[in-house]
Amino acid sequence: MEKQFSNQVYLNMELLRFTTAGSVDDGKSTLIGRLLYDSKSIFEDQLDAVKRASIQKGSEYLNLALFTDGLRAEREQGITIDVAYRYFATPNRKFIIADTPGHVQYTRNMVTGASTANAAIILIDARNGVIEQTHRHAYIASLLGIPHIIVCINKMDLMDYRQDVFKDISAEFQKFADQIFPKKDIHFIPISALHGDNVVKPSTNMEWYKGTLLQVLEAIPIDQDHDLRHPRFPVQYVIRPESNEYHDYRGYAGRVAGGFFHPGDKIMILPSRIQSEIISIDTFNGPLAEAHPPMSVTLTLRDDVDISRGDMITGAEDYPTESCDINAMICWMNPRPLQVNGRYALKHTTRDARCIIREVDYVLNINTLEKISSCINVKMNDIASIWIRTTKPLFFDPYSKNRITGSIILIDEATNETVAAGMIM
Amino acid sequence: MGHYQLTHLKELEAEAIYVLREVAAQFERPVLLFSGGKDSIVLVHLSRKAFYPARIPFPLLHIDTGHNFIETIDFRDRLVARLNVRLIVGSVQESIDSGRVVEEKGINASRNVLQTVTLLDTIEKNKFDAAIGGARRDEEKARAKERFFSHRDEFGQWDPKNQRPELWYLFNGKKRLGEHFRVFPISNWTEMDIWQYILAEQIELPSIYFTHERDVFYRDGVWLAAAPFMQMKPTEKTERKRIRCRTVGDISCTGLTLSTADTIEDIIQEIAATRVTERGGRYDDKRSEAAMEDRKKEGYF
Repeated sequence: MEKQFSNQVYLNMELLRFTTAGSVDDGKSTLIGRLLYDSKSIFEDQLDAVKRASIQKGSEYLNLALFTDGLRAEREQGITIDVAYRYFATPNRKFIIADTPGHVQYTRNMVTGASTANAAIILIDARNGVIEQTHRHAYIASLLGIPHIIVCINKMDLMDYRQDVFKDISAEFQKFADQIFPKKDIHFIPISALHGDNVVKPSTNMEWYKGTLLQVLEAIPIDQDHDLRHPRFPVQYVIRPESNEYHDYRGYAGRVAGGFFHPGDKIMILPSRIQSEIISIDTFNGPLAEAHPPMSVTLTLRDDVDISRGDMITGAEDYPTESCDINAMICWMNPRPLQVNGRYALKHTTRDARCIIREVDYVLNINTLEKISSCINVKMNDIASIWIRTTKPLFFDPYSKNRITGSIILIDEATNETVAAGMIM
Repeated sequence: MGHYQLTHLKELEAEAIYVLREVAAQFERPVLLFSGGKDSIVLVHLSRKAFYPARIPFPLLHIDTGHNFIETIDFRDRLVARLNVRLIVGSVQESIDSGRVVEEKGINASRNVLQTVTLLDTIEKNKFDAAIGGARRDEEKARAKERFFSHRDEFGQWDPKNQRPELWYLFNGKKRLGEHFRVFPISNWTEMDIWQYILAEQIELPSIYFTHERDVFYRDGVWLAAAPFMQMKPTEKTERKRIRCRTVGDISCTGLTLSTADTIEDIIQEIAATRVTERGGRYDDKRSEAAMEDRKKEGYF
């Protein structure tokens, strides 16, 4: 499909990132293969390779799941090990799929894929309905603050395309969702990824349902997915040209994390709390009258103040919480369990700090949503509420308000591995 | 499109600029891997934008197989002079001469694989701690699993099963002495995105991307350039064709496309109608199903 666009169309497309969550055998790879195949995003050499592999493995039909096959170890074991990224486009949007494995032990990959997603597709096998893993997937989508949820009830062909099956499963999911997504945008679609019903092409087997997955993906409004109210600009890099032409130039480079910035706006700099005014918003293509998320720009200020990476430029009257004591929901991502009173490196926006984990509030059973306070043993793939104290203050918003200024990662200082993803409460 | 929504190209650009600035901030000795191909040319353009009005704060590194298209080298030298950046060249010929690698023999001999040793040697010698590359996730299945910040151990190896999780835009560039990172700012761009961006930004490219006449021969479904160091089978014969390069690498592995496209618009039309991926013409990927995966693990680009 990408190939038929005129250049003008191409310059007006939006970008939508989505993630897919499903248990093993829910048909997730088949669904992605179907989306790519039916949207004509598969090239001949890829198709030939998959045809050859399908025949070799003794499949009766083209095995669409093979389009998403990656590493040799995965082909050998028939599983997906890591997050893989796929791309396709329609005349309205370009899509980035974070294809994450469904195995229980790979929750960390799902969290990774969900962290940048506008939308999540949650797959349910129509034969099994809502199962424990569905709760897990839905909960992670909610924890990671994904604004739009699309529930695909797959393998409808194996349930004779019955409307009552679809209705019952949708109702059951909605019941669980009411507890975790108070005001979320949720869509339900009955599909058969294997046969292509309601994925890209409308199904002729389910006249009782109008719409396709692709239509939903194309129509979801995403222009409000960033926080546009509260001005937040983490300073990423200080630009000093040290040339004759720009002798005294000092620009603060970064990506807008929230709200709007204009020349003339009164701003405050954290942590110094000095107030100043924006002189210009610079880019290579010339100065801008306005900057908003997720633009990468360079700000110049009226006053010559000491600002460095990790500082934050905010509204003069509208600034985030500043504290060293932070409560976060974390997903633990490392085989070495969390150490209470352990010290970790921490990254938040462009700010580096160190921290100590002071307390584990509770570990969450994400199948039942039960909070277990007696258990302070946090292992890989666990979700827990913890308290940390940082060596220097962070400037943050609750994750539910701003996914950029509300997120942290923890790093083991001995191995340098990223061990936890945190959502500030 | 909503009023506060960036177009997808602007959003990809903003993302790449963010990643490039993150490299400059997190590493002491970054370098940009420059091949003379369109992806690395786009990377250089994005780097100019990221640090404007300052100069690009890192040098370019070209791994020279000695089997280049002369047009690429001319283009490289002019670009470096115009941007006033430092160029470092790692020579595969030197690696061969000093016995670090042994030249492949036979009909399908290529210096493509040898580049890995030269690349890792050059990184070590210059103590580079981050090498910025133009790899894209849509190119090849092993690349679909790459991180923006990809950790390499002291042997320069990639361990795909043990990658650090990468969340939001919080990039963990922490490493031990002797280790380095590969960073891929245009991970999320597709081939079409690259061409549309080149068109929108009026980025100059080497002439071999456009149609020209060249002596070529046909092997295993791919047109290759005839050159003194290209060994041909007795059955293969040289022909004069109008061709262009769809990707640019070492001559020995760059498949050529029969084409009369002489503008970016023509190229976009041609790609839009093409039914084969751009790496489908790369001879180096045809060696085995996991060819790219194996090379990447060893430290390839």
